This record gives sequence, C-alpha cells and structure tokens, in this order.
Amino acid sequence: MTTMTASPSSAAHDIQVVTLKIDDQEVSASRNQTILQVAAENQIEIPTLCFMPGLKPMGSCRICLVELAGSPRLFAACVTRVSEGMTVITDSPRLRKYRKQIVELLFVERNHVCSVCVSNGRCELQALAVKLGITHITQPYRYDKMVVDSSHDLFRLDHNRCVLCTRCVRVCDQIEGAHVWDVAGRGIDCRITADLNLPWGDSDVCTSCGKCVHICPTGALTEKGTAVAEMRKQPDFLPYLTIMRENH
Amino acid sequence: MSAKPRVATAWLDGCSGCHMSFLDLDEKLVDLAGMVDVVCSPTVDIKEFPQNVDVALVEGAVSSEEDLHKIKLIRSRTKILVSLGDCAVTGNVPAMRNFFTIESLFKRAYQENADVPLRGEPASTGRSIDGPCVAVPKLCENARPIHEIVKVDVHVPGCPPPPDAIFHVVAELLAGRIPDASSLTRFGK
Repeated sequence: MTTMTASPSSAAHDIQVVTLKIDDQEVSASRNQTILQVAAENQIEIPTLCFMPGLKPMGSCRICLVELAGSPRLFAACVTRVSEGMTVITDSPRLRKYRKQIVELLFVERNHVCSVCVSNGRCELQALAVKLGITHITQPYRYDKMVVDSSHDLFRLDHNRCVLCTRCVRVCDQIEGAHVWDVAGRGIDCRITADLNLPWGDSDVCTSCGKCVHICPTGALTEKGTAVAEMRKQPDFLPYLTIMRENH
Repeated sequence: MSAKPRVATAWLDGCSGCHMSFLDLDEKLVDLAGMVDVVCSPTVDIKEFPQNVDVALVEGAVSSEEDLHKIKLIRSRTKILVSLGDCAVTGNVPAMRNFFTIESLFKRAYQENADVPLRGEPASTGRSIDGPCVAVPKLCENARPIHEIVKVDVHVPGCPPPPDAIFHVVAELLAGRIPDASSLTRFGK
C-alpha cells in the first residue's frame, strides 16, 4: 500500500503481526497498517471523505475519526497505525455527533446547492449526509460567493463546491507528477489554486489528464458541458495504477 | 365538526414543485383525503392560515416580509410543522440570490431582463422604474431556511421530495409518530 508517515520501523518490524480489537471484533494486522485499512479488510466500515485509495492519506477531513480505549483524544483512522492490544471504537454517539458536525460545517462553509449541481446523485458529500442521517443543517449558512474558474478548455473548478479534501493536489503531485494544484490561504480563506494562483487554463504544467477531475468527491472539479446530475466520475484508474506500480 | 386531523400546506419562496410532488401521490390522495381535513393549501381558497392545525407542510424558503409573517403565523397555529423540500430545508435555489444586493437583483429582474414596457414607462425609452412598487412584499436581505426563523419539527429534503417520501411522512404523522424520511429522500433528490 501507500507509504505512510515516517516511522522508525525496519522491514523486519513491518511484517510483525499485531492483534487488536475493532468494535469488539478481534482482528490481526501487520503493524505498518492503518486502522482504516485493517477495518476495511475486516468489513468494518468507517466513513471517509478526503481519503482515496492509491493516494497518501492526509487526515484532513476528520470524518474517519475513531476512539481508542484509554485516550480522551480522537484519532483519524486513515493516518493512525494499529498497535498491539489497541481497542478501537469506530461508531459511538460521540463519533456520530462529530462526524455530523463536520459534514454540516462543510455544507455551510461553501455553497452546495445539490439540486443544481452537476454531481447531484453522485457526490460523496451528499452521500455522506445521507449516511449520517443529516436531513437539515443546524448551523447558519455563510453565503460567501466564490469564483468559478472556467479558463481551462476542458474542465471547470467551482470553489463553491470544494471541500478542500486535497485529493486533486495529491493526485497531480503523486500520480501525474505535474503538481499543478496547491492550497493557498489560511482558515476560512483556504482555496485550491493552480500554478501559484493562475487561472487553470494558464497553467504551463497542467497536462489536461483529468485525474483531479475524476477523483474530486463533489462537483468542484468537473468536465465542461455537463448539466445537472450529468457528471459521471471514473475514479477507478487510481486503484489500477496503484496495483500496477506495486506489482512492478 | 369533524374529528379528522387538520392538515395544511403552504407555499413560500419555492417553485411549487413540492406541491406538484404531493399531487403526484395520485390515487393515494384519495385515501389521504378520507383521513384528513385539508384546511388550508394553495388549492384551497382560504385567505388566512387557520387556527388549530395539526400538521402543516410548508414549501419554500423564507424570502420576503410576507413569508416571514406567514411562517410565524403558521408556527403559532400548528402542532407539527414540516419543512417540505430543499428550499424550505436549505434555502436551495432561492438562497442563491443571497450573494447579491436586493438593488442589483431588482435591476436585473425588472430592468435588464424586462422585455415588455414597464407600467408608466414611456414607450421605447430607457427603463425608469426601479422595481415593482405596489402590492409586492418587500424582500428580506437573505432567503433563509425555515428552521432559521421558527422551530421545525420534521425536515423533508429533496428537490422535490419524491411522492413516496411525502406520503411516508404524512402517514407516520397521522399514526402519531415523528417520521424519519432520510432513507427515502435527500438534498437534491
């Protein structure tokens, strides 16, 4: 799998097997695996948003937060490694509350108008709201109008629909090797930017490969010429590329 | 007097699509009609929202001073208030005007996009009227979801919510339960 954050473990340690408990289920795992990977192998579903198989995990969205027995803190399952004797809780009223709050804050931060979005019906943010049973948003909406960058010949970036998962940043850097995308600004002013804040169409290094578009979880990155609910993303190239690289 | 539950529907800033979806219940409407008294609705000629309503389904965002007045009246006279559809639940399309000032909205809607001469306007001259000035309620600064104004008991997202979701909600309420329509509808459905 993907390279994890730096660890003192040697290759010999990496194959060491640990046993742990996830939601009262005894599981075994390799000690270099993350909680999210081990949960998935054991058919235990932890909701995610910024995580994308094939890209280095980021831990930025915090949707995959889990509880670890003995710690008052919450841990992002996508970037936390398993350890011997660990007891993981993936679902609790406390976790559900935080996950709901995170998704609600994403909805109010930008302008996610599902009914007029090209990704309506195929959006991971929308699906997450359904999964978490969100029928309305309890926080006040910000109505902060954002720009739409239509300067690229084929694609469009609509900041109104961006959740700052940074999948586009990572896929362009780690898979395509072009590194068009970055995150500029701080806090509420964070924006995805192309080539040190140029219009996307003016980027010299963009190869127009479309990888960023097809792994974007929402309607923020789309193909031009799509109307409401018409954007069909094809993210399957990424696991394929990853498998081929690992087997190379 | 009838002892049937008193049900009302109301239409604020929306496209009436939620009411259309309600009407799409088709033959189930006949069953429903036998179970409730529809005491107020855009399809019922009653000028003011009545007293003692058991269930009110309200479509649309709260956008004008009239909407504001209506929703407060509805809340004060209703036991169970249902936000019906995305405009009522999230603001949806009506709230997309919140990015603009009311002045620029009026200019766009009543001057730039006007294709017939405005009342009182000399023919084939520049537009001279700032916007409608008679019998049109004043717009609030923002169009907002209903629950930002008054307490809402049940949220039914969807644009529009499918008929099955609406029927489920009404049937559950009539059975004395607070429904959860989250498996039948969602934002943008």
